[in-house]
Amino acid sequence: MMTTVFDVQQYRKDFPALSQKVYGKPLVYLDNAATAQKPQCVIDTLDRYYSAENANIHRGIHYLSQKATDAFDEARDKVARFINAKESREIIFVRGATEGINLVAQSYVRPLLKPGDEILITWMEHHSNIVPWQMVAEQTGAKLKVTPINDAGELILPEFEKLLSEKTKLVSVTHISNALGTINPVKKIIQMAHALSVPVLVDGAQSVPHQAVDVQDLDADFFVFSGHKLFGPTGIGVVYGKAEHLEKMPPYQGGGDMISAVTFEKTLYNKIPYKFEAGTPHIAGVIGLGSAIDYVSAIGMSRISAYEHELLEYGTRALSKIPGLRLIGTAKEKASILSFVLEAAHPHDIGTILDQEGVAIRAGHHCAMPVMERFGVPATVRASFAFYNTHEDIDALVRAINKVFEVFR
Amino acid sequence: MSEINELYQDLILDHTKKPRNFEVLEGASRHVEGYNPLCGDRYTIYVRMEGDVIRDVSFQGSGCAISKSSASMMTTIVKGKTKCEAEAIFENFHKMITGQSGVDKNKIGKLEVFHGVSEFPVRVKCASLAWHTLKAALGGEEKTITTE
Repeated sequence: MMTTVFDVQQYRKDFPALSQKVYGKPLVYLDNAATAQKPQCVIDTLDRYYSAENANIHRGIHYLSQKATDAFDEARDKVARFINAKESREIIFVRGATEGINLVAQSYVRPLLKPGDEILITWMEHHSNIVPWQMVAEQTGAKLKVTPINDAGELILPEFEKLLSEKTKLVSVTHISNALGTINPVKKIIQMAHALSVPVLVDGAQSVPHQAVDVQDLDADFFVFSGHKLFGPTGIGVVYGKAEHLEKMPPYQGGGDMISAVTFEKTLYNKIPYKFEAGTPHIAGVIGLGSAIDYVSAIGMSRISAYEHELLEYGTRALSKIPGLRLIGTAKEKASILSFVLEAAHPHDIGTILDQEGVAIRAGHHCAMPVMERFGVPATVRASFAFYNTHEDIDALVRAINKVFEVFR
Repeated sequence: MSEINELYQDLILDHTKKPRNFEVLEGASRHVEGYNPLCGDRYTIYVRMEGDVIRDVSFQGSGCAISKSSASMMTTIVKGKTKCEAEAIFENFHKMITGQSGVDKNKIGKLEVFHGVSEFPVRVKCASLAWHTLKAALGGEEKTITTE
């Protein structure tokens, strides 16, 4: 077996944004749950595409169009392998996880719903996994049900089981909470739901950058994620759906590429996945995402996961020593997020002071207002890691927090 | 002085820790809520008017140091002023925190401690929340105000 020393300093060199200074201080980037920095290979891929390969796909008979089409199709294969989809045609490109959830809400769930039916989510969802369901509920007369969480920020599974019924038409659950870092037992949740023949959507926006995902092993019906949190470009995301579902679903949007023949009387829709990809897609984004997947796959998701776990433990120990600091989200199964509040200062004041120290974190409700309400705080400070973060980054965070105490002495 | 210390001056921290007029105002003629959902800053401003004069003013709520101290200091300044006078003070204050020219330094008084806000554009909405809320209350508005 090869040695598995995780050479984080070597990886950091791949990310040009990480070596800059802000306010004359080295940047400590701990806002990865919002978006991740990009490795040079992704930037180069975008550059190469626009410099030398730009053409529209699936329609040209010329050299460049064929080249772009090949690169585009190859990226779909990469995504399929990355999350272990059975077939590439189960991968649909969208703008991001948010659009992915909206696609499933409107194309899969909406036609199934009758008044009184239910959609079951959890208390720790991002707004993007709440609002699309509220919209579809309003359109159909269905109800939104919410599984509660405990004080550690873990799902209460017996409550989930109680809420699950023959009225439930879909369960939608985040894989990892963006506000708390909780890793949900999605495989178990899916088993429980499938026992009642209820399909499950998993929001993987926060999980794909941090751990290996196998949609077949999970047996997820739908799985969505965004490219930009996975070190890829913004504006590109993925919906994985089991082919059996996708085949039955009506298109999400109408336009070019999603048709096989159009007359004014009738349109024949294209096969999957193209049926769901109306219009010229974000070709550069798709190819860039493929490059990001190549990059993290070469490092290895299980090695990334192990390294980040150790980093999280180090960070948890370091923050726990700070007087008056309360961690929000203390689940046993947790990944890459330290969300906290201080008695001494409000999260926004902390955010401003940390920023001046070069430490980039997020202060606010993290698009998860129900979570904030559950823990009785208006906002939290959230430090979120990627595999390129170091123990020194955590030390810098702690030093910056001490600066808050100096200001609010 | 560093920009952070320019922002968090002693007087600001003093008003944060010991907010003045921090209570529900008995016999208030108007009250309006100001709420910035992104930050979670939420205050209610109470005023008791006598004609055009702000006879009494108070506030309640929670938020960051900048928003709370701004609300607190505002209540100490506008008490006894007319609606027009209060609005003129706000206008001058707003020019200062947004880094605009034409600030009347003679009239800025102790609000001068907020000058550091102009270096932190994302915090302007914190410093101005209570003022916008007061302005709405003086104008007879009843809906929740936001500066986001």
